[in-house]
Amino acid sequence: MAGLAAAFGSGAMTNSIDEIEHTDLILATGTNTTENHPMIGARVKRAVRKNGAKLIVIDPRKIDLVKYATLWLRQKPGTDVAVLNGLMNVIIAEGLHKADYVADRTENFEALAQTVKKYTPEYVEEISGVPADDLRKAARMYAGAKRASLLYAMGITQHITGTDNVKSCANLAMLTGNVGIEGGGVNPLRGQNNVQGACDTGGLPNVFSGYQQVANDEARAKFEKAWNVKLPGKPGLTVVEMTNAAHRGDLKALYIMGENPMLSDPDLHHVEESLKHLELLIVQDIFLNETAELAHIVLPSACFAEKDGTFTNSERRVQRIRKAIEAPGCAKADWEIVAALSTKMGYPMTYGSAKDIMNEINIMTPSYGGIVYDRLDGEGLCWPCPTKDHPGTAFLHKDRFTRGRGLFHAIEYQPPAELPDTEYPYILSTGRVLYHYHTGTMSRKSIGLNERCPESLVEINPSDAQQLAISEGQAVRITSRRGTVSATAKIVETPPPGTVFMNFHFREAAVNLLTNPALDPIGKIPELKVCAVKVEAA
Amino acid sequence: MSNVPTITIDGKQIEATPGKTILEVARENGIYIPSLCFYEGTKNPGACRVCAVEVDGARSLVAACVMPISPGMVVKTDTERVKQARKLVVELLWSSGDHNCLTCERNGDCELQDLVYRFGIEKPRFDIDPPGYGIEDTNTMIQRDLNKCILCGRCIRACNEIQINEVLDFSLRGSHAKVGPAFDADYINSECVFCGECVNSCPVGALTFKQARFMGRPWELKKVKTTCPYCGVGCQLDLNIHDGKIVKVTGNREYGQPNLGSLCVKGRFGIDFVNHPSRLKTPLIRIDGELREASWDEAIGYAAQKLGDIKKTHGADSVAGLCSARCTNEENYIFQKFMRAVVGTNNVDHCARL
Ligand code: SF4
Ligand code: SF4
Ligand code: SF4
Repeated sequence: MAGLAAAFGSGAMTNSIDEIEHTDLILATGTNTTENHPMIGARVKRAVRKNGAKLIVIDPRKIDLVKYATLWLRQKPGTDVAVLNGLMNVIIAEGLHKADYVADRTENFEALAQTVKKYTPEYVEEISGVPADDLRKAARMYAGAKRASLLYAMGITQHITGTDNVKSCANLAMLTGNVGIEGGGVNPLRGQNNVQGACDTGGLPNVFSGYQQVANDEARAKFEKAWNVKLPGKPGLTVVEMTNAAHRGDLKALYIMGENPMLSDPDLHHVEESLKHLELLIVQDIFLNETAELAHIVLPSACFAEKDGTFTNSERRVQRIRKAIEAPGCAKADWEIVAALSTKMGYPMTYGSAKDIMNEINIMTPSYGGIVYDRLDGEGLCWPCPTKDHPGTAFLHKDRFTRGRGLFHAIEYQPPAELPDTEYPYILSTGRVLYHYHTGTMSRKSIGLNERCPESLVEINPSDAQQLAISEGQAVRITSRRGTVSATAKIVETPPPGTVFMNFHFREAAVNLLTNPALDPIGKIPELKVCAVKVEAA
Repeated sequence: MSNVPTITIDGKQIEATPGKTILEVARENGIYIPSLCFYEGTKNPGACRVCAVEVDGARSLVAACVMPISPGMVVKTDTERVKQARKLVVELLWSSGDHNCLTCERNGDCELQDLVYRFGIEKPRFDIDPPGYGIEDTNTMIQRDLNKCILCGRCIRACNEIQINEVLDFSLRGSHAKVGPAFDADYINSECVFCGECVNSCPVGALTFKQARFMGRPWELKKVKTTCPYCGVGCQLDLNIHDGKIVKVTGNREYGQPNLGSLCVKGRFGIDFVNHPSRLKTPLIRIDGELREASWDEAIGYAAQKLGDIKKTHGADSVAGLCSARCTNEENYIFQKFMRAVVGTNNVDHCARL
């Protein structure tokens, strides 16, 4: 979430989930909220139906939320920056921005104003297909709301311009004074249950827990002292860079705890080859997933119901999980396994419980300083929570941004890396469905979820289906420059003409055999939302 | 304080918020009024009539769940007239359904059964005459036995006003009234998204969690509060445990944020992966191309030795680790500590971007 951090100084959801239900306007872009974050989706729907909030949806797909929307802007995939710049163009041109807020709390407004000048509604219509008048209406509606909450998810980030997209969202919210107020904010909805926590606790190549930079001498010295070792100061490799390094032969060993890159990463052929180059692949998981099948050593772990610990949700709320049952066989909690391995390698880790580890997190991580187990039996605590008497923080950047002043970024629109051509005339977009989760490791083992969604479907717009002579339920073959997969056709109005949509939960139709690994240069997020394919009846 | 209306319930003077109903004010003040149809967070109950109270000046009994308070109102909740009226309602509900507690999943946790017991009703005055519907058995998650339905409408309001899924409604009217999806469809053939809110709201055994059937009586289940392992909302839920197994998942409205007791299909019905037979139970080591079972000592010993060798030969940066958005904070913390402090590299990441 590099984009938000650059603009505000923190990459997390700025406001709390509860505020979404009680705000005046919600702008949802690149989030299929009712399927991917259903209990936030319910909040959005209640805000509209029960509390009279307005809802603007910006999404190429006709998602469920469109039913509740006051206004729906259907942009071409990958044109988000143009649309957001267009909204800001109208807001500035019509003087609807919050000038005092911009003057008092932000910087670099002039550069932004200069850049968005050329993104007139008519110009944006040419790029994005969004009618100029709708764009004007949306801009006025958003700027006119007393409090507006902006929600986004992977539909914004999984592009080569993902960081730019996020920065543009931040621009729009700052321009209208919507950051640092109750009911406002820029709210990235996290896909997996503990993405936020994995980032907070240092599961990133450039930071220790609490986003303390490994390259910062002071931070490193602090951890060196506490851990009693010399620590490397050079930031490490990201997931996709690791795969590439393995492919080149530079990376020899990979230790994977609870992930399945063999289904989640773009360009799976490449991932498989890379993993096969490794001298040592250790996979620690609850199931023998696709990645574990390639491993040299597989370590069985306990699942969430079989251990104690905490997860941090999308709104920075740290909440407990509690051991309810025993793990099967001799499976152990992941922390126990890591500690055992560490001890074996000559660095004893002698934690007696998850709580002991949290005690160390409290000491080493300022924002988690007051988040102790004894305080987590109620509604949990939202960080920053620096001390044991601090109540936690519902919304960030009140009175002052984490980085001081909010920073506007002047951003130009850039088309997606791979656009349709005569050979590959369709856009493939990927995402999740309500009944499954990520690579399906858990959800595909559930009776109920599979009853509702037993196979991978490819969504095709009726007009395309007609042209391709494909009918509902028919097997189709989808081919990109990188591979081919088969799936069953579902003819629906959800995707726009010219775009097909698939989920990535099924190994039988592994959509990431097709997707483009082109990376966002800053966020290092692959462009999973747009690649060019051809579609044929199988 | 002059704007605060004062009302009297059972002789007790109470300051109440305007706009609230008699039922809400009574419950806030610890005064018992039963209701089988009221459901927090939804509007216009008024279906079951078991909340009858006497209000001075009103000729007939009043439904406390829909009647807003007014200043100076005098309410009596415990008169003989009230008791008789409530009893009659319960007897009618009992006799119009198939309330066979012997095999009902809600036995011991049923609001109708509780009232029958509380009012001391041995047997209804009327002949028991259930409608004779078939039990809906067409999906694996929710069982519907409309012979036990008391037409309280909670499920409809829960579906429409809390989850806003807009699937359920009354079909037909009067003595043929029925609740369910449009066109009398089964759940599985409707727009239902199996959030299970309707089941959680049902006061009786008409809607039950099918996979929990015969897996443990309500009083045998141990509830453990935890966090959903699926998406980033982090819903709080109760795992219901019996005999060391997760039997079902329930929401708990007392837990508050972030989900206020509601869940989606994944948190509600997607937890059975935990019991799946293909769970990994022992470490595995690849020998001659095949993964073979090993002890923890062997596996950890082998991993430590190989990691150490590779580090020595090719340097710490030839090793990388992926931690996980599905593991706990504590586990991610010590994983990065392991990579940085023990292996000596910052090559640690997870699939957050994907
Ligand atoms: S399970 Fe959810 S969507 Fe389905 S009928 Fe019940 S409340 Fe409505
Ligand atoms: S199914 Fe249950 S909740 Fe719905 S009307 Fe019948 S008794 Fe009430
Ligand atoms: S119950 Fe559904 S909405 Fe809630 S955390 Fe689980 S997956 Fe997310």
